[in-house]
Amino acid sequence: MSAVESPISRRAFLIASMLGGGGLLIGFTMSARSQAQTPAPTPNAYLRIDSQGRVTLTLPYVEMGQGAYTSQAQIVAEELEIDPASLILEAAPANEKLYASPLFLGQITGGSGSLRGAWMTMRSAAAAARVMLIEAAARRWQVRSSTCRAENGRVLHSASNRSLRYGDLASEAARSKVPQNPPLKKPAQFRVVGRPVPRVDTPEKINGRAIYGIDVRREGMRYAFVAASPVFDGKVGAVDDRATLAIKGVRQVARIDDAVAVVADNSWAARKGLSALEVTWIGGASGTLNTADLVAAADAALNREGLVAEHIGDPSNAEAAASGRYEQIFRLPMLAHATMEPINCTVHVTADRCDVWCGNQALGRAQKFAADAAGLPIEKVNIHNHLLGGGFGRRLEADYIAQAVRIARQVDGPVKVMWSREEDMQHDYYRYINHSRVTVGLDAKGQPVSWRHRIVGPNIMARFLPIYQKNGVDLDIVDCATGPYDIPHVHVDFARNEAPPGCATGNWRGVGPSRNVFIVESVMDELAHRAGRDPVEYRRALMAKSPRPRAVLDLVVAKSGWATPLPQRAGERRGRGVAVFSGFGSHLALVAEVRVDVSGHVRVERIVCAVDTGLVVNPDIVKAQIEGGIIFGVSAVLREQITVANGRIVQANFDTYTLLRIDEAPSIEVHIVPSTEDPGGVGEPGTSGAIAAVANAVFAATGQRVTTLPIQKALGEAARA
Amino acid sequence: MTQSISVNGRTHEVDLDDDTPMLWVLRDACALTGTKYGCGIAMCGACTIHVDGAARRSCVTPIANIGAAKVRTIEALHETEVGRALQRAWRELEVPQCGYCQSGQLMSAAVLLETNHAPSDAQIDAVMAGNLCRCGTYGRIRAGIKLAGTYLTASAP
Repeated sequence: MSAVESPISRRAFLIASMLGGGGLLIGFTMSARSQAQTPAPTPNAYLRIDSQGRVTLTLPYVEMGQGAYTSQAQIVAEELEIDPASLILEAAPANEKLYASPLFLGQITGGSGSLRGAWMTMRSAAAAARVMLIEAAARRWQVRSSTCRAENGRVLHSASNRSLRYGDLASEAARSKVPQNPPLKKPAQFRVVGRPVPRVDTPEKINGRAIYGIDVRREGMRYAFVAASPVFDGKVGAVDDRATLAIKGVRQVARIDDAVAVVADNSWAARKGLSALEVTWIGGASGTLNTADLVAAADAALNREGLVAEHIGDPSNAEAAASGRYEQIFRLPMLAHATMEPINCTVHVTADRCDVWCGNQALGRAQKFAADAAGLPIEKVNIHNHLLGGGFGRRLEADYIAQAVRIARQVDGPVKVMWSREEDMQHDYYRYINHSRVTVGLDAKGQPVSWRHRIVGPNIMARFLPIYQKNGVDLDIVDCATGPYDIPHVHVDFARNEAPPGCATGNWRGVGPSRNVFIVESVMDELAHRAGRDPVEYRRALMAKSPRPRAVLDLVVAKSGWATPLPQRAGERRGRGVAVFSGFGSHLALVAEVRVDVSGHVRVERIVCAVDTGLVVNPDIVKAQIEGGIIFGVSAVLREQITVANGRIVQANFDTYTLLRIDEAPSIEVHIVPSTEDPGGVGEPGTSGAIAAVANAVFAATGQRVTTLPIQKALGEAARA
Repeated sequence: MTQSISVNGRTHEVDLDDDTPMLWVLRDACALTGTKYGCGIAMCGACTIHVDGAARRSCVTPIANIGAAKVRTIEALHETEVGRALQRAWRELEVPQCGYCQSGQLMSAAVLLETNHAPSDAQIDAVMAGNLCRCGTYGRIRAGIKLAGTYLTASAP
């Protein structure tokens, strides 16, 4: 979800009120411009300044490793003129109305949107608070507010050498009119934003004290392991629980329509009990499907007319008049999220209340799913969110929360419902099979004059975020379907191809661009090759109207040593590949270096990335996110693939779904372009860029254009052929 | 049956089956949740602990095998000089992202650094390839181990 030029309008009203016990509360109400709602009376209390001067910040964006807690604190500390370390940070409760992201109009942490959302709202809230505190001091001193300034938690009047603490002013400030467009600090005035301030979550993540969803402990809590149908769309049939109930510590077997759970006094008894449980699964209609069937369905969709996503100029005439033509089909596999923390959720259901302890990226959705499953009104459901042991899109879903609530309804007291790694791998919301056909019309010099891109894949947004569609087109899956290139005639269409019933599909790190950047940049690389031109020079010639991506391309060329050929050694082939794109409000260019041995084994040795992500709030977090995104992409493009046999997921654990390890990790350099444009997102794009750059580097090394991922499988098959 | 085990210098009386992996003993019975469940088959390293100073994957180490051995978990890593050096380096380089794997990363790295304050890349690979990180912090883990090694060398008598 890039949210660039999204159909979602943004409007926020700043609201302030007096805190109980004295102090200032300031927040927002959100409404869609199109709906012209009146502001709700309750603000979301982003900021509270009490009479002791303590500043509490409610964090609407969850922490899943992307540094959201730290960045949000920096933004607020900057405009409020306080030390970020002095902020008291509180995770927001579930409340879709109060904590919706201005990008997605839902309480969502994803789509590289936290910082972009926070920049639009929390920054203004903090600036408004600063203005109101200054006005309160000026009133008390009977001076003009323009002669006062805020600094380090105080308002100062230099002329009279007076100062007051925020705590002494907060109650009075609450009586001021709330400025709807408070003056924001200029980048030259920043003291906190733009600095690599220490992450607030690091200390507890290195001493074992950090509490993730799976670490929650409640008085009297039971432990459960769960097994859902191994076959797509299957249901629970006969259950023989005699051996299970004989195991010491096992308390009960809970059964819902599509899953069973063994509840015990400890995790191991639950795990053993589940292994001993004999369940007859009643397979659904998808129970005979294999990967080949799913691939064939996607291939068939390539020949269907799609819904138009983008149409510029007259592509048909341009193709007819073109001197040359290039056409290529791309096939991308199913992928798993494989967060290191397996899916889990702790629930306590009573007659009139449901408490849920979890780690989730979309708390409003979690609350709604829990309420439906509990049969309780939404206000009776309390979501206690914790740190996420990885999100990557998997924890945008609330399937596991609904499941845990349904199980917990059968349990007396709180129960921690855990999925084994195998359960997690085999019941993911997969990045589904994605196919594309790109057809390019070429002029006499081999440059593109028309670009036709048919996109085949599921419409995730129809289920996940319906407003993120236009004319039936999932706006995420078509994001980055064309590159930052000046091509006069364009046609992009979307031929929807859903997974079979019972095979869930969802958002995976990098989302739409993680498919499209690979495809677009593979095509551009091939066109450069066919034209006999350098891949950078060929792209650059088409980027006159795209100065920001062109600048990062120039930077990565300089930093990577692109002009200097790689040394070649006997018995291996080495090559460099490039990729450049704009996505999530950021602009990236990457150069990958790979070494391919005689057996076809690919080793990615080095990746250099130049990024223009607008104004940088925390440069070290930006680098960390790009580094991590790159590793995620390298892992996927080389080896990752989920396959299906007889309606079942074949891979089960890290022995069969093999993630990149430290001994295979490339060295990574990230170079940030200074900018004062609005901040872009950095969690997603590294993945998209790495997939493309590695594929192009493999072509440079081997001469083989891999169009069906993963690369290692394609090269292995080619070596055998 | 009730067994007595020594964890982080404290004796715990635990009433769990002999085949219970230390992972669940620590998390459920000892309330030490810093040791993480990741795969259950010793393929990810998130559950790494020290048993008499050696790195062990607690998800495949039954309590019956512990006997009188001294167990150390992430919660007591700071009690060793190597542990403190690693935690300092991890803070300095901001290694963790989601952080879920980092207990295991640190426990594996600690055993490496106990005997070698200046490990080569190949030596780091050999030990650390057993620890997965889905956030992709590998570059910083490598740099963190080397930085911690320099702290230890500087403080060596």
